[in-house]
Formats: sequence, structure tokens, C-alpha cells
Amino acid sequence: MTKVSMTVNGTAVSGDVEGRTLLSGFLRDHLNLTGTHVGCDTAQCGACVVHVNGEAVKSCNMLALEADGADVGTIEGQASPDGSLSVIQQAFQDHHGLQCGFCTPGMVMSTAALLKDNPRPTEAEIRKYLEGNLCRCTGYHNIVKAIMAASGQDASRIAAE
Amino acid sequence: MYNFEFEKPSTIADAVAALGSEDAQALGGGQTLIPTLKQRLAAPSVLVSMSGIAEMQGVCIEDDGSVAVGGATPHATVARDAAASYPALAALAGQIGDPAVRNRGTIGGSIANNDPAACYPAGVLGSGATIVTNTRRIAADDFFDGMFTTALDEGEIVTSVRFPVPQAASYQKFLQPASRFALVGVFLARFADGVRVAVTGAREDGVFRWSEAEAALNNVFHPDEITNLAVNSMNMIADLHGSQAYRAHLVNVMTKRAVQACL
Amino acid sequence: MPKDSGIGASSKRREDVRFLTGAGNYTDDINVHGQAYVHFLRSDIAHGRIKSVDTSAAEGMPGVVKVFTGKDFEGVGGMPCGWEVTDKHGAPMQEPPHPILAQGKVRHVGDPIAAVVADSLEQARDAAEAINVDIEDLPAVMDMKAAAQDGATLVHDDLKNNICYDWQLGEADDDKVNEVFANAAHVTTLDLVNNRLVANPMEPRVAVGEYKRGTDEYTLFTTSQNPHVIRLLMCAFVLGLPEHKVRVVAPDVGGGFGTKIFHYAEEAFCTFAAKACNRPVKWTSSRSEAFMSDAHGRDHVSKIELALDADNNFIGLRTNTYANLGAYLSTFSSSVPTWLHGTLMAGNYKTPVIQVNVKAMFTNTVPVDAYRGAGRPEATFQLERVVDKAARELGVDPIALRRQNFVTQFPYDTPVALTYDTGDYNGTMDKLEAAADLAGFAARRTASKANGKLRGLGVNCYIEACGIAPSNIVGMLGARAGLYDAATVRVNATGSISVMVGAHSHGQGHETAFPQVVADMIGIDESMVEIVHGDTSKIPFGMGTYGSRSLAVCGSAMVKATEKVIEKAKKIAAHLLEASEADIELKDGQFSVAGTDKSVAWGDVTLTAYVPHNYPLEVEPGLEETAFYDPANFTFPAGAYACEVEVDPETGQVTIEKFTAADDFGNIINPMIVDGQVHGGIGQGIGQALLENCAYDENGQLLSASFMDYAMPRADDVPFYAVDHSSQTPCTHNPLGVKGCGEAGAIGSPPAVVNAVLDALNAGGKAVDHIDMPMSPSRVWAAMNS
Repeated sequence: MTKVSMTVNGTAVSGDVEGRTLLSGFLRDHLNLTGTHVGCDTAQCGACVVHVNGEAVKSCNMLALEADGADVGTIEGQASPDGSLSVIQQAFQDHHGLQCGFCTPGMVMSTAALLKDNPRPTEAEIRKYLEGNLCRCTGYHNIVKAIMAASGQDASRIAAE
Repeated sequence: MYNFEFEKPSTIADAVAALGSEDAQALGGGQTLIPTLKQRLAAPSVLVSMSGIAEMQGVCIEDDGSVAVGGATPHATVARDAAASYPALAALAGQIGDPAVRNRGTIGGSIANNDPAACYPAGVLGSGATIVTNTRRIAADDFFDGMFTTALDEGEIVTSVRFPVPQAASYQKFLQPASRFALVGVFLARFADGVRVAVTGAREDGVFRWSEAEAALNNVFHPDEITNLAVNSMNMIADLHGSQAYRAHLVNVMTKRAVQACL
Repeated sequence: MPKDSGIGASSKRREDVRFLTGAGNYTDDINVHGQAYVHFLRSDIAHGRIKSVDTSAAEGMPGVVKVFTGKDFEGVGGMPCGWEVTDKHGAPMQEPPHPILAQGKVRHVGDPIAAVVADSLEQARDAAEAINVDIEDLPAVMDMKAAAQDGATLVHDDLKNNICYDWQLGEADDDKVNEVFANAAHVTTLDLVNNRLVANPMEPRVAVGEYKRGTDEYTLFTTSQNPHVIRLLMCAFVLGLPEHKVRVVAPDVGGGFGTKIFHYAEEAFCTFAAKACNRPVKWTSSRSEAFMSDAHGRDHVSKIELALDADNNFIGLRTNTYANLGAYLSTFSSSVPTWLHGTLMAGNYKTPVIQVNVKAMFTNTVPVDAYRGAGRPEATFQLERVVDKAARELGVDPIALRRQNFVTQFPYDTPVALTYDTGDYNGTMDKLEAAADLAGFAARRTASKANGKLRGLGVNCYIEACGIAPSNIVGMLGARAGLYDAATVRVNATGSISVMVGAHSHGQGHETAFPQVVADMIGIDESMVEIVHGDTSKIPFGMGTYGSRSLAVCGSAMVKATEKVIEKAKKIAAHLLEASEADIELKDGQFSVAGTDKSVAWGDVTLTAYVPHNYPLEVEPGLEETAFYDPANFTFPAGAYACEVEVDPETGQVTIEKFTAADDFGNIINPMIVDGQVHGGIGQGIGQALLENCAYDENGQLLSASFMDYAMPRADDVPFYAVDHSSQTPCTHNPLGVKGCGEAGAIGSPPAVVNAVLDALNAGGKAVDHIDMPMSPSRVWAAMNS
């Protein structure tokens, strides 16, 4: 066991982990932050996306020890401390950008990373950026729409609304 | 995963030392290695992370004008920081995996693994880059040695890759729809002294140079020169996503598109 | 104006808040104190005889609690099948045993041979590697037609052959069918494959079993669409446990799409092992494990023939299908190629003579069962492809050919056992033609051509049968379950309401839409109504969620229970208002006496029900009612879809440029949620048409065993969809007039995509009759160059 320390959603945390412990496992099993989901084992579904030092990463494809000393952000840290939803979270609710909710944490975290670099992405840029986030419920329509709305764009012009 | 020790040295020398222990293995971004470990298809005793070695990070321009990419540089960094100095390479890096994968995956990890469908081997071979390791320099033409095989010795680390910058270059990738690796990817670079065409995704033995196309394009640099060329489909990969004939056809189409993009 | 609450309002989903903040409670989020972990050692060959399983080394490995093999389950029941199909000769289907852990033989890659329970998952995996299994390889039975031949290797040695049943529906007189075809002016024939799919809900399956020795009670937490069904099957058929000692909880479930209907061996195992090990036992499927243990979907090989008269009227239809069941009968697998498929072969058309023939085959593959649409996509695909081919052969407009043959009079008795209660197929097609701007297609095709692309338009219709019922009829057809549902409306003293429902929400938004109905009926705010689901200890016996049934069946039970509540509340209100019960009206949460200004509020009546001081003597205190609802018929959503594609003639790459859906779902409770259901279905249908392919090699090795080779639709594979559901003919036999919308998109979209690609190729001068799904670039290119 090796001690690992990091900041998660602004709080300093630490724990003893094995070399093979994944960041997703550390978050879920050690910190009980179960909002980060694991949907595959080949780094494709993106349900496990978190931020490490401000960048989106797949936490089931990163060793916990690689995040030693890092600033980690998870879905649990996205809403305001008073519970009010972030602009992105609110847009997902407003535009029905989720159904079963399983991919949603990763979608929200990827969206936050996208909008940080590209505050007003086009539809095509959004679709391309979500290459690493699978959703089986929504057909992506309302996810893309929610992200357009979250970036201050008029989502009402979208087909057949 | 089988368990392993984890080490994160901060210098190349320490990394080399750590890799000296039995069954030690280097860890780049882990985007391929970690899924492999999850399947228990590898059992290293020690994983030596390259991510803490500052001298293996980043993109810079050397005195001779070549672009040097540190061996532990993530794809996202190359996509951003090489955009001005070597746009085709930056574009290639920006097409690997997905955004989250690009934030972790590294050039050293990619070329050391030499997946036959990976993008970077095409960029490295197509550019005629030089692979710099802790012990030597290896020309790209001597580096890739068949599927998942390279010229690297046990414990040898890719510390940087130096890319001569061509007059024009383009990477044309046709996606394998599931993995989004290259079903066929063609990296074409046009230098003053000739054209290099490197193909990934297509052949069982991994990335290769399509010398017939290079010869034709050295004669006349135009897509029409490719139209009637057929790459040998003998060792082409055949799988769920494409037959040998289809891959051979795509090599032709992607090469033409790369030429067109360089005009 | 859209409503802002109640029936017809696009109320925002209340469940979203927990999902968006990481506060959902999925099964893998549940950890029980002291739990151990199970790892299943699964067969890596498709077919073999188990000669020995030596677990002695594994048992001594660190952390190992217990190692199980098939022998440990010899006195235990097997996984049951919930539907007995009778074949065309009157014989019951062949029904082989399906043990929890393999006994005697392994029959597919992924068949569990042994299970190791250990303190940690990695220790369980370590120990599983130490199990020594000696298996004699047998030839894999893969090709369905070869498997049907005499002398074929048997998947199950005790069966007479590999044919589970040889089933027929419709016209039984072959001579009559032959005569129709002999006299036809034109016959169109098509051989096609409905590709094998993996449902792949984003949440892999999980089971946690717990046993309390003190009270002899079991709890199973599981990723299920129907916890009561799991409890019944597991208790009555597998483990022989008393139902009242078993609680099954399906908490937040991350998508189902059919594959979480079924009772799986892992659920029974964890429940059994929790007692055997005296510890809670948890299993979490990896995605790779899911590919070889979740029931797959579709996998039909069909020949369809359509006979037309000289005026292009459909006069006969005949199909011959081989349906792959895989190695074992999954819970509802037998019903999918039969009663959920053959009954839909009339489609939207008044074809008078129809004969459906289905041979269901055992093969050395993962069991195949219902996946979104379940049988109806298979029917729709065959029919809408053959109609499209007929239109091309006859040189007639494919929409006009469809319109000419539409059923227009309702109710309509089909030749394949259904009675369509209502519909307006021409009206729905009108909506499609407008919404899809079909008039502008020619200009769009010209524009595509200028970019070097071939543009195609594909149109098709669909009809589906949802809310499968009534129980007495499905019982005659072989169902071993009733298909009603149940709801309890529990009014609290202060007027808020908990509604316990048998349906399960795993993305469908019941927690939002169901309260809209109850609140609307009473005239109170939606926030006063809460849905309780997914826990057999809390809800009435319900059949769960599948087949687009939740609102049509469970919603109807909820309406009936709410009506009973209102009826009783009116008695109380009448007492309080000193009026006749007949004169009491309920509006906007107020009970009033007709024609007077006397009224009493909902909350005062509910409080009185629980504090019955001033109370009618003949009425029981309290305000809680349960209703069970068994529908009189299926519901019949129908629609028309249009897809426009571009094909890159150099590579065969297909891109979806435009997709339009016009659906008739009857009345709609929450339009936003309905749109979302259609979007998701279309996404999966496009996935089936262009990307998804669960493939085996001839030795039974799964080639598409992970997301690296099984192509899931991504955001950039699909466009925005235009969805129009303004065509509404309400269901005639349920109280809400609703029909169901969950599967429509997945049923209606694959033929539209395929028809569009073929239109593009044919318009581009490539005479191609058919391309099997998925229409990968490789296949499209090969078809163009053959």
C-alpha cells in the first residue's frame, strides 16, 4: 500500500492504495464519491470522466497514484455549495439531456472541459468533442442541444422543436 | 489487474534505473496499457511512470528547425503546441482517441507500443522523424519492426521524437467505427528531396511506407498519379470492419486525399 | 399554448437533479457491510464437454471464501423460460435446462463454469486462474440453417435436434398461399438478415445478494427492469425460496433496453451464495463480461415474399425466418420471434393472406432475447424492405404504394391475430411528408451531387403492438405470467401522495410523468405526488417495464387507483359539506357542492381521512387504494419515418443528413419525454443500420467482444432528429388514451436508413437490391463494386 494525497472538489484527501488502484476506484471506493461511473474497461464510454488539474481524463484509465498531488474535480463538485445546479447541469435538465443518468456525470464533466476551451462550440464541434462519451438513451439530440444552450446559444432553432 | 509497484521518477536517469528491475515496464499515459492490464494480459512487477519527468515534456523547435516532442508529451499538448510549427502533426495528434484520452496518452507510449492501427507511427514514419532514446537515436525507418514490435531494447525509453518539418504534409484518417483507431490512415509529407507516404491501420505488420506512391508522386505531385496505383493487398488486415481489398482501396483513396490537401 | 403542468405539459424531470449531481443510487454504488466479491470463471470456448473442474488449488488461495461449480447447484433449479411456444404441429417447444453454473457441457463463450467468492475481486480473479478445467472441445454449432439439418451437432444432447420450435402464424393452408403467389401479377422476394445486437445499456449489470440468518430473509439488489418478476422467477423456479422472505430491489438502473428484463444466473448465484457463504456477495459485470453474458438481441435470417396484383395491391405475404435463440432459452426469448414478431407482419397494410414461418434455433452463442422493439423491428424491417424493393421493381413511388395499401378502417382484424383498434396512417404520412420537406429533396440531392456525394431518401412505416395483454389471451399463447400491472395510491394525511407502482423507471422519466397524471386528476401541484418503484418490499406486485407498457398498463392501474381514492374522498367531502355524494365535484384540489359556493380543500379531506373525528360511519378511515389493470388489448402506436443519407462513392461511408419521425402515440402526457424516447430509439436504430454488429467466427469466438470492435453510435454519427407526434388517435381501451413510445424509434428507423442508402446507390447508377445491416463503409463499397 502506498499513501496517495490529492485535492478532490477543493478538499484535501488521502488514502492508502495499491499500485493497481485506479483513480475511479479511489474516488468510488475510498472516498464514496459514487457519481463517477464505470461503464467499460477499454477507455471508450467516458462515464468516468473527471478533471485532473483542470483537464478531462478517464478516471478508470488512470492510476490513483498518478493523481498524487493533483487537483481533481468530480461531478459531486459541479453544483454550488447551496445545491443550485451549474449552468451546464441546469441546461441538461432544461433540455432533457439525460435519461437513465448513467453517462451523465461524464457528459457534464466533458462538457465543462469543452466549454472552458471553446466557450461557443458549433454543433459539429460538440459532436466531435463527445467522441469519448457514449450515451445509449438520448440519441445525443438533447445532449447536444443542452450544450448549445449552456454555451449561450439559441437552442430553439434546432430541428422540429 | 495483477498488482504491481508504482514508481514515478523525475529524471530519465532514475527512470532507467527503475526499469532495470525484473519485469518492470514503462508507463506513458496508460491509455492502451491500463486496459491491457485490466484484461490481465500483462503482469509487470513495477510500472515506471514517465509523467513526472520534466525533460520529456513539451514541444519545442530545435536549432535545425525540426520539431522535437518530448516522449511523455500528451497528444493534446502536441495538438495545441505544434499547430503553428507542424500543423499536419498537430492535426494527427488531435485525431487520436478522444479528448480525455488525448490528455493522457503520450507519443512515447504510442510509438513504443506500435499498434498496427495507431496514428502516431504513420506521422513518425511519414515524417522521417528521429526517435531519441536514453541511449541512442533511431531513424523512423529503422524503428517500427512489425505489429507491437520496435527497435527499442528492454528498458530503453523514448525521450523525444524529432520531426523534420516538410514543405507540406497531411494526415488522412479513415475511422474504424468502433475503436476509432485508423481503419486506414495515411500520413504524407512532401520534402524538398522527396515525398514520404506512410500507411497505418492497413497491414498486419503495422505501419509501412508505400514506396510506389512515393515514386509516382516524386515524378508528378498530383492525386491523379495515385489513381491507377494499387497497394499490394497481400498482408492487409481483414476483419469485421473491412476486407483486405477494401483496406487496399482505402489506402489509395486516403493517399489521394492527402496529396490533394498538400496542393 | 403548451401547458405548464399536468397532463400534456413538458414538466422538467425531477430525477435529473440527483443524476446531474452524482447523487444517483445505482446498484454498484451499494456496498453491504462485510460483502465478498464473486468472479465467474467463464468458458473461453463455444462448445465442449466438461471432463473435470479441479478447484482444490483455488480454494487455498488468499482471501478465498468459497469456490462453486455446477455440482453445487445440482439440487437447484435452472433459469426458467417465461413463455412456452407451441409449434405448428401442436408440440410444445423443446426446453433444455439452463443451470446457474454449467453442468456437463459449456455451450457458449462466456458460459459460467465456476464462481469464486473472495474478500476482494482481484483475489477472486487470482483464484479463478488456479482452477483447472479439462474440457473436450466439440464442434461449435453456429450457422442456423446447418444447425437445422438432420445429423447436425447438438447443442443439447438430450434434445431431438437444434430446433426449439417450428412455428407458424396466419394462413395454415400452404396450397392457398401458393395459389395467391401463383396468381400474383408481381412477386417481390428478399433475403435479409436482422443483425445480432448487444443492448449495451451504459450501466453494466450488477447484483448484490444479502442473507440475514436471524430472520431467514434475503435481499437482492439488482440492475433489473422488473424486480417482482425476478423475485417470482428466482423464488419459484430457481432457488425454491418463499417469496415473502425475499426482497428484490432495483434502485436507479442505468438503462435497460430489454436486456435487464431477464432473470440471470448471476442474480440467483449471489442470492444463493450469500447464504452459503454467510456473507453478502457482490458481482459487478465488466463491459467485456457483459458482451458474453448479457442476452443479445435480434439475429434473424429471413426470406420474405410479397405478392401484388396488377393494380399493385398487396395480396399475399409469406416469410420464412430462422431465429437464433443462442445456447439456452433466456426468460422471454421464445416469445420474441413468434408472438412479438409474426403478429406484426401485417404492418400498416391490408394484405389479406399472410403466412409467417419461424424456426427457432439453438446455437453455441450467448442467449438471444428481447432488445428494444423485440420482434417488432424484425417484422417491420422485413416488410418495409420488401415493400421498398417492390416499389423499385415496379417503378412506382414507394410512398404511393404504401398509401394505396394502408389499413384505413378501424377496428381492423389482421390475418395474423391482432385487432388494431385505431390509427390514421395516411394522416401520419401527411405529417411526415410535411415535416421532412420531401418536396425539397430533389434540390438537396442536386446539392449533394455537386459535392461528389450520392444522396438518397428512404421512407417507411411501422406499427407496433405495445402493452402486451390481456393476460387470458397471452396465457393461451403460452405466456407463463400475467401481463397486468398494479399501483397503490397512498394519500398522506397532509394531502401529499406516494404512488407505489409496479413499473420501473430506468430512464423513462416515470418519476416525473406519472405524478403529472395523478396531480392533474386531483388538481394539485405535481410536487405533491411522489412515485415509489423498484423495491418489492414497497410496491404492489407489478410486472415492470418493457414493451412500451409502463404508462399504458401501469399508468392505467394508477388512474384506476386514483379514481378509487377520489371516489372515497368524495364520500368524506360530502360528509363534511353535508351534501349528497352525487353532488360533489373535484376541481383544482377543491371539493365543492355543485351549484353552490360550498367547498372543502383536498388537504382538509385527506386530514379528515386520517383524523376521522367528524367522519361518515360507513366509510373506513384512511385514504389508500390499490388497483390492478389488465388491458383489454394491445395498443398500436404507428408512424412513418424518413431518412436522408449521403454516400461517399469513394469510400462507401454513409452519413445521415436528415432524419424525420412522425409518430401516432395517441395522447401524450409529457411531450418532452416522448421526444426524448423517440430520439433514443432512432439513435439505436441508426446504430443497428450503420454500425452495430455482434459477430462470431465459425468456431464460436465472439469477434465483437468490446467497444473496440462493437461500434456504438456516437454523437457525431447521428444528426438532430425532427420528431412530429401531432398525429394522434387515442387508444380506445385504456383510460389515458395512450399507446406507448419507448420502442418506436428503434422499430421504425432501420428500414428508413437502409431504404435511403439503396435509393442513393440506385439513383447514382449502382443497381443494388439490398445490403445487410450494418451498412458499414466496407459493405456499401463492396456492394457498389460487385
